[in-house]
Amino acid sequence: MIFLFATPMSFGFGNFLLPLLLGTRDMAFPRLNAFTYWVFTFAGVILFSSLLFGRAPNGGWFAYVPLTGPKYQPGINMDVYSLGLLFLGVSTTSGSINFIATSLKLRAPGMTLNRVPIFVWALVVTAFLLIFALPPLNTANAMLFLDRRFGTRFFQPDAGGDVVLWQHLFWLFGHPDVYIIVLPALGIVSAIIPTFSRRPIMAYPLLVLAMVAVGIISFGVWVHHMFAVGLPQLSLTFFSAASMIVTIPSGIQMFAWVGTMLMGRVVLGVPMMWAMGFLVVFVIGGVTGVMFGIVPFDQQVTDSYFVVAHFHYVLFGGAVFPVIGGVFYWWPKTTGRLTGVRGGQWSFWLVFAGFNLTFFPMHISGLLGMPRRVYTYPGGLDWDLWNLLSSLGAYLLLAGLLVTLGTFAHSLWKGAQAPPDPWGGETLEWATASPPRPYNFPVIPTVHSVHPLWDQGSLDSFAEGARFKDRVLAEGHELLVTSELDAEPEVALEMPEHTPVPFFTAVSLFLAVLGLLLGVYVLAVAAGVVAVLVIGRWLWPRWSRREAGHAPGEKARETAERDAAAEQEAEKEKTEKGAGA
Amino acid sequence: MTATGEWVPIRPVGPAPPHGKPPSGRTPAWWGMVLFITTEATIFACLLGSYFYIRFSTAGPWPPGGIKDPELSKPLIMTVLLLSSSGPMVWADLAVRRGRTAQLRAGLAFTLALGAAFLGLQATEYATKLGEFVWSTNVYGSLFYVITGFHGLHVIVGLVMLVFVTIAALAGKLGSRHHERVRLVAFYWHFVDAVWITILFTIYLSPHL
Repeated sequence: MIFLFATPMSFGFGNFLLPLLLGTRDMAFPRLNAFTYWVFTFAGVILFSSLLFGRAPNGGWFAYVPLTGPKYQPGINMDVYSLGLLFLGVSTTSGSINFIATSLKLRAPGMTLNRVPIFVWALVVTAFLLIFALPPLNTANAMLFLDRRFGTRFFQPDAGGDVVLWQHLFWLFGHPDVYIIVLPALGIVSAIIPTFSRRPIMAYPLLVLAMVAVGIISFGVWVHHMFAVGLPQLSLTFFSAASMIVTIPSGIQMFAWVGTMLMGRVVLGVPMMWAMGFLVVFVIGGVTGVMFGIVPFDQQVTDSYFVVAHFHYVLFGGAVFPVIGGVFYWWPKTTGRLTGVRGGQWSFWLVFAGFNLTFFPMHISGLLGMPRRVYTYPGGLDWDLWNLLSSLGAYLLLAGLLVTLGTFAHSLWKGAQAPPDPWGGETLEWATASPPRPYNFPVIPTVHSVHPLWDQGSLDSFAEGARFKDRVLAEGHELLVTSELDAEPEVALEMPEHTPVPFFTAVSLFLAVLGLLLGVYVLAVAAGVVAVLVIGRWLWPRWSRREAGHAPGEKARETAERDAAAEQEAEKEKTEKGAGA
Repeated sequence: MTATGEWVPIRPVGPAPPHGKPPSGRTPAWWGMVLFITTEATIFACLLGSYFYIRFSTAGPWPPGGIKDPELSKPLIMTVLLLSSSGPMVWADLAVRRGRTAQLRAGLAFTLALGAAFLGLQATEYATKLGEFVWSTNVYGSLFYVITGFHGLHVIVGLVMLVFVTIAALAGKLGSRHHERVRLVAFYWHFVDAVWITILFTIYLSPHL
């Protein structure tokens, strides 16, 4: 759920939407993007196939030593965990670098930093969090692997090692990871709410600063996961105070969303229902989160069902609600089909009711002392009723999720054709066809505000740009590169063509990881050498097509010009319609 | 790795700036390498942080288990070798921008030689250390070999990158219009050099304090 669902899910949204939201045609490093995808796939294969062989990681998601050390967990189960996560880390890190470079260099002209969509800000902050948060996890996992396989002594107290070091390193990753999961979801909410409130988002600069602040503060609060470990009182006080500070930027975001709805005119579409459901559930999760920041309370409920209730309100309510809302919101853009309204409403209400019925009683059973990670308990402890309610809720939740899936399947099967802009959205992705053509935009627009589709200047720029070669860029796979802060056009950059090289790089790394995992070190070294050679091939300098003396593809240009003309006409019609209304 | 196709301005777009030169922004590949180095530096910070965490939570003498304080003469020579290797790297980077291919090759060759000399000295240092303790002796042994070994691995990766641009230079693929790979490899190499200073202070000098 954490490693192979939450982060990849938001990265999937990012990969599809980032170029569309920025008004460009591709990511900054398309081949690295393919590599990221394949490494993610192979890491998933390693982690999931371990289930088939009965070798799945068996130390919990935070894998505390000494339980996961060589003495108490022989066998390769925990090696699957440490190596699998290290391998997955390669994918996540390269993906983050790609997101940041794309957002800095490929924004449409005019999209200065104060006109960047909030969803892009959220992804960039997330990517920066990953750049700094994955290293502690990777360091800890490398140490664990070396301890288990090659006899180092990092986490072995009898040889001077320290088990609490694992906890520090793990939570130094683990707490920022909470925001890595939640921030993109908050970005999705920030995209849905203005569209369905029919007005621009309120307090845009504060909202952006709040996201950046949350990202920075999240590195200073990890010890609140360790209040019951027995650390010095002074450090508990410090981290308790730091955890409280998070409420300020989180509150700012909440008020900005509610304010946008109050000042606007809410249209209760299905995506908006999910966003509003998120607001309710996330506030409850936030309140219990503040309670955990208080040391004596935390020590009372540590490892009880209260914790389970809290993090489901934050992760299910804070991440899954917006993600489903986001899928409803961008479904017409991705598939070209509309979803049924009645099915969407049923799916929301069933999931909302089922979710609360499942997880709210856990607050109470937790306060009544029910511990986490027990699969059964003796009767007569007053936990029966609450667990019964949770069980009923789980079935209701399942029914809701099935209805959700059914709604999407129905839309694919006989959904109505989606227009380019079914919701009257404000950001650039709604200016493209549904689903978008491979080049996204026939003409690179000029952005005049944070809601380009709601202002005439930006709309007109599609037609105006069609006259300029540098906005049509029809002579090959080219992108317009702009400056980092002000998005001034700099140069047209020729991009690489299709190539299998990233796939082969990922395969050779996969074989290297398998070699390490199974103890076939010859394979690991050989595959590593192959990987270096393939990367060498990947990065070998080549002349650009222009320098090599090839004439630019006439056919490609003709197609693009024809498309541009068609798009232009559509734009004109739309503009006229807009003016008429 | 993070570099894409070469940064070839196909034609400048937008109005020409008043001083007549096209604006010189950073390339996507420049950002890619900077971010890659940032995340790598964070890994080193975690390793060194772990060293100090364990050192200050250990009761009794440090290094523990009767291991002597590290010798300083050889690491200091290694430091001089590695830091001085950044000089020819800068020189090579300037050369390729001006299209001086002979100077580029010479600079790369000097850098390669100094880096290889550093690794050779590290190997002889390991040979003597391994007689005294190994990485399974105690946690100090683990920290010593993993931190210095991880840095050594980075030197090897840096040398592989240098060999790569050297081959590209010999094949005539680099010149005044194709110089970015040299700059990016130089970034990585300077990073490997700079990290060594933090390792020198942590592993070799701090036990003497």
